[in-house]
Amino acid sequence: MYRIMNLEVIRPKIKSYEVYAPNVAKNAKAGQFVILRINDTGERIPLTIAGTNLEKGSVKIIFQELGKTTMQLASLSVGDYIKDFVGPLGHPTEIKNYDTVVSVAGGIGAAGLLPVIKELKSVGNKITTVIGARSKDLIILEEELRQQSDSIFFTTNDGTYGTKGYVTDILKGIIDEEKIGITYAIGPVYMMKAVSEITRKKNIKTIFSLNPIMLDGIGMCGACRISIDGETKFACVDGPEFDANSVDWEELISRLGLFKNLENLAINKFKHDQECNYCKK
Amino acid sequence: MQKVKMPARDPNIRKKDFKQVNYGYSQCEMLKEAKRCMQCKKPLCIHGCPIGINIPKFIRYLAQNDHKRAAIVLRQKNNLPAVCGRVCQQENQCEKFCILAKRNESVSIGSLERYAADVTAIENSLSSITISKNGIKVAIIGSGPAGLTCGGDLLKMGYDVTVYESLHDAGGVLRYGIPEFRLPKYVLDLELYSLKKLGMKIILNTLIGRTKTVKELFGEEYKALFIATGAGLPVFPKIPGENLNHVYSANEFLVRVHLMHSFNFPHYDTPIYKARNVVVIGGGNTAIDAARTALRLGAESVKVVYRRTENEMPARKEEQVHAKEEGVEFVTLTSPVKFIGNEKRFVKAVECMKIEVGEIDNLGKKYLSKIIGSNYIIETDMVVLALGLNPNPILPSLIEGLIIDNHGHIVTDDSFMTPLPGIFAGGDIVCGTNVIKAMEMGKKAAKAIERYLKKSSK
Repeated sequence: MYRIMNLEVIRPKIKSYEVYAPNVAKNAKAGQFVILRINDTGERIPLTIAGTNLEKGSVKIIFQELGKTTMQLASLSVGDYIKDFVGPLGHPTEIKNYDTVVSVAGGIGAAGLLPVIKELKSVGNKITTVIGARSKDLIILEEELRQQSDSIFFTTNDGTYGTKGYVTDILKGIIDEEKIGITYAIGPVYMMKAVSEITRKKNIKTIFSLNPIMLDGIGMCGACRISIDGETKFACVDGPEFDANSVDWEELISRLGLFKNLENLAINKFKHDQECNYCKK
Repeated sequence: MQKVKMPARDPNIRKKDFKQVNYGYSQCEMLKEAKRCMQCKKPLCIHGCPIGINIPKFIRYLAQNDHKRAAIVLRQKNNLPAVCGRVCQQENQCEKFCILAKRNESVSIGSLERYAADVTAIENSLSSITISKNGIKVAIIGSGPAGLTCGGDLLKMGYDVTVYESLHDAGGVLRYGIPEFRLPKYVLDLELYSLKKLGMKIILNTLIGRTKTVKELFGEEYKALFIATGAGLPVFPKIPGENLNHVYSANEFLVRVHLMHSFNFPHYDTPIYKARNVVVIGGGNTAIDAARTALRLGAESVKVVYRRTENEMPARKEEQVHAKEEGVEFVTLTSPVKFIGNEKRFVKAVECMKIEVGEIDNLGKKYLSKIIGSNYIIETDMVVLALGLNPNPILPSLIEGLIIDNHGHIVTDDSFMTPLPGIFAGGDIVCGTNVIKAMEMGKKAAKAIERYLKKSSK
């Protein structure tokens, strides 16, 4: 059982939890994730590690209420327990000096980006960050990201903050102006696909942190398999980051939608159970 | 006297639920069967048992209706008798060597083992054995058959045993892989309870190598480690379309259904697709388990596609018979060449080729070749791939100094020790076989670990 030590409501539908898991905290590195299961009837879901606190023995996770499990997670309070919390999983980010790094995140992806650029900056990289979101109230960790970046740009689809448009609009400009050592991207799959189209044309090494459906997260099932440069890879053991010329984005997008109908059913049931007075008992 | 048949539930009823298929012998049936044992002076059956259970002795006690003594004989060698009685491949092991096997009437050793284990399970879990503890700490990595056997034996020798498991529940393949209808989870839970009562500590949600490093374990005063992380990584056929939607590895399918209870979605949160026409590729126990699981989820048709003949299927004979009774169709001498998807990338058909069996090759297996032009289509909306498993690569890749062979197995010496002092390995991470072979390695490794610890404490 893993206790929620601290809770912060970052945005109306985005929360940050500090979970007591001293072993995970001790060994976690930037780029890794955890798998959690809220209770005995729960599903296992992966979440990127957003930070750790060694003194408190805690691991920070930041999540957006999107599916049934994240909604249920959001309904917990400080002092509540999460049944299972295993990690750190996956390979950590390779931290070395590339001179200049362009880091790109979309929406909740910013939570995973922060520990990565922190490490990359500490070894002397110049960090340019581009953050995109649908609108202003989905931009998170602005201050922290500013601190770790040499320059930072924001874009929103509706123009409520920063430049109106997409991260790729900014990215194109940056790439044209300077020589880039590496691009690091984390966020919605459509965003990463768009980033890959731009950086591939310019032959810029790009690392993607991919987010397929996972089940066990320890290499047992292959639910998270993706085609990287024509080869089947498991995101949980071979990734989650891939330095790739070609990711089969269409395949990834399609596999992410595998259980859409059932996911909606679970959400509706959860909402009904929450709201229905009869079901509340 | 004829063999007493293991009573089973009606196929038309049992294929609709996940409850156990075999009832198990009644006392009367058990006595009848136990008395068939000839009590050979030189029993050959024992040689067929990888863990060397004194089979005639436990059957003799059963024939005298002394199930308590029978169970004591069993448990001397076997930490998981109720599991073995259900999932061991007896026809290729003990029962194959039974003197009556020549007339195809071998004693049903497995069914008798199950009886003795089941009727004493609760008693056994409540009884207390006093073990003199030596306080020396040993860590077991992985709570599957190899790990539990090794840990159980070390416990009985007096060691302080802690088992680390990366999943949220213990048992390894016995938990996530073997279905409820073949091995009910309460049976496994009782066996685990007995081990815990003996003093075994089981720590879940801990992936050694990542959550805790091997160095940290040695820092916590563990004097020896036994790596039994198993063969977790599913093999994919490397043919077009293998990543289409609703093409699953058997592991994923079985984990979803049996570990995560997705058959009970949305009461349980893990989703599963309930397909109408299922194609399972493979011929092992996992393939048959997947096929019968698909049937229980409501499939109208389930085909097991296997490249050799039915007789060569590695699955237990009993399971093959049960699967057929339930309506699973076997398509043999057939191999998939391609999975075909619809416009939304969901699988809609498997393209297969017929196989021709040739001469026996130098490995002793018949050479197989695809018959050119024999291609045909099987329509389906779900494919389950049960083509075997590779060793789980996570821990081996994180320990410097281990020797790993081309298949990803950890290389050990005859005493199951790796080149790193105090680090032992066994089970499918060393050599992929089956549950009982993994247990055999666990047993032998326990003895080797004791020898090592005695030597190093001098």
